[in-house]
Amino acid sequence: MTRTRSQWWLYAVLTIVLLAVIAPFVWMVLGSFKTQGELLQTPPTWWPQTATLDNYTRLFSRLNFSQYFVNSTIVAVAVTAGNLLFCSMVGYALAMLDFPGRRALFLVVMGTLLIPGVVTFVPLFVLVTNVGLANSLPGLILPFLVSPFGVFLMRQYISGLPRDLLDAGRVDGASELRIFARIFLPLCGPALATLGILTFLGSWNNFLWPLVVAQEESKYTLPVALALYSKGQNSTQYGLLLAGATVVVIPVLAIFLAFQRRFIEGIATTGIK
Amino acid sequence: MSSTTEVTPSGATGRGSSPRGKGGDARPEVNAGAGASRRRQGLAAWTLALPFCLLFLVFTAWPVIQSLFMSFTDTRSRDLRTPFAVDIVGLDNFTKAFSDPIFRKSMLNTAYFVVVGVPLTMAMALAAAVALDKGITKLRGLFRLGFYTPVITSIVAVAVVWRFLLEREYGLINTVLGWVGIDGPNWLGDPNWAMPGLILMASWRNFGTGMIIFLAGLQAVPWMLHEAAAIDGAGAWQRFRHITLPLLRPTLLFVSVTTAIGYLQFFEEPFVMTNGGPLNSTISMSMYTYKQFGFGNYGLASAMSYIIFVIVAIVTAIQFRLLRENT
Repeated sequence: MTRTRSQWWLYAVLTIVLLAVIAPFVWMVLGSFKTQGELLQTPPTWWPQTATLDNYTRLFSRLNFSQYFVNSTIVAVAVTAGNLLFCSMVGYALAMLDFPGRRALFLVVMGTLLIPGVVTFVPLFVLVTNVGLANSLPGLILPFLVSPFGVFLMRQYISGLPRDLLDAGRVDGASELRIFARIFLPLCGPALATLGILTFLGSWNNFLWPLVVAQEESKYTLPVALALYSKGQNSTQYGLLLAGATVVVIPVLAIFLAFQRRFIEGIATTGIK
Repeated sequence: MSSTTEVTPSGATGRGSSPRGKGGDARPEVNAGAGASRRRQGLAAWTLALPFCLLFLVFTAWPVIQSLFMSFTDTRSRDLRTPFAVDIVGLDNFTKAFSDPIFRKSMLNTAYFVVVGVPLTMAMALAAAVALDKGITKLRGLFRLGFYTPVITSIVAVAVVWRFLLEREYGLINTVLGWVGIDGPNWLGDPNWAMPGLILMASWRNFGTGMIIFLAGLQAVPWMLHEAAAIDGAGAWQRFRHITLPLLRPTLLFVSVTTAIGYLQFFEEPFVMTNGGPLNSTISMSMYTYKQFGFGNYGLASAMSYIIFVIVAIVTAIQFRLLRENT
């Protein structure tokens, strides 16, 4: 009896916390349909009194958010594709093949897991500028095509696959690269899905490097545009900024909700290893 | 994190038992054919590793080294085309950084953010995980999903939203505080309240990650231990304190290390919400480093970024020391 009662209490508390966690997003979406005047009211309103699409039309017509959306998408897709391919290749080599330098390579990967992005951005900017890639989408993409974390994740996963497959492939006379591409890669589905979602979200939300590299508006990604508008002359256009935040958040929210199970399990296993 | 570098599930199949360089050739069964296959394997491995190695060398290893070099030079933005035709100035940039009152302030702010933010985030994560693990039987998936959602969103976007939530007059947070009779502070406009506002937002956004990892860690705590302790008369709190917490130690270590590494570099929050103010009360080390970069002081910015790097390494080492061994 006391158990059921304490359960009810816990449900009540958890529900309040859940509402508090979700409320900012709901408020953001609802606010993006409000007029400037309504957003400045005290006390604040919850539902829009007179819903308007003005903020979105201005966002996409006057402020060029469709361009930033396209930029963000191109960068995130390219970075994700690169990570899936290159990290699984080297992860497979580390997990299944015996070669001189393997241990050193693995140590380097592990050692650089902890290097903060803020350490490299200055010389990286000098480098990218000198090869003419500053203020370009390749400049945004290339430094993120591989990640030590991705290599670590793929190596861990492939280590758990049966080695007999490797020997079977060799007996059948398949080349080493073919064994990787035709036998092991198709088995990596779950790990590739986790890495793919994590990388896409990471790239979509990435801020410091795009802020440094994208100097012209035409190369902004969504977070860069939103952050700079929130500080510039639009800093008091609250409805506009809330609409911008909605445009940044909703796509990843949709992806997350679609893949959430796999995603959350992926986080849990990488954390435990 | 994994310390088991050589997990080879069926490593006894004759190959791959000792990747320690020269040791491999000494084995008796190596004949000409095996040597050829070994060479083929090595070639294949390095072919597979080649794209990663190239990109890694150019975009990570080289910048890490050049950053160190630059931190001992007076590189400025006009030296962009000739990064090596600059003067070596020894430790000047480091002394300049440490004697800059704003940089020192940014170090204190970062320490504040980490020392308050990490325990708060971890406590929220652990409380949520314990409640979802043992406290309730239904709707677990829904709560887990809801609590995790803020983690996947862009910090810039949520910072824009929170700037409004924290507004003094028409902000949602002060309105809610008003319902229970509290006159909320002028969060982002008050030097004493701006940092708590940022910490609140960061904890709200990040506790979901820790929660998921704690939930997985709690699965590993044997239920039998809890039952045995309950029979011996241990209450829920005692069992949590003396059974769950000690067994969660590796998970606690992992969560505290990753959270602290993230918080030591916090950047978007002050960049969007306060611009480092009021009165530099929220300027972080990353943000000040970015500012110096913006002023064209590349050498100084590199030195500052290395200071952040060293602090990250030291804090990580301390956490391993504190949480790894002895109870």
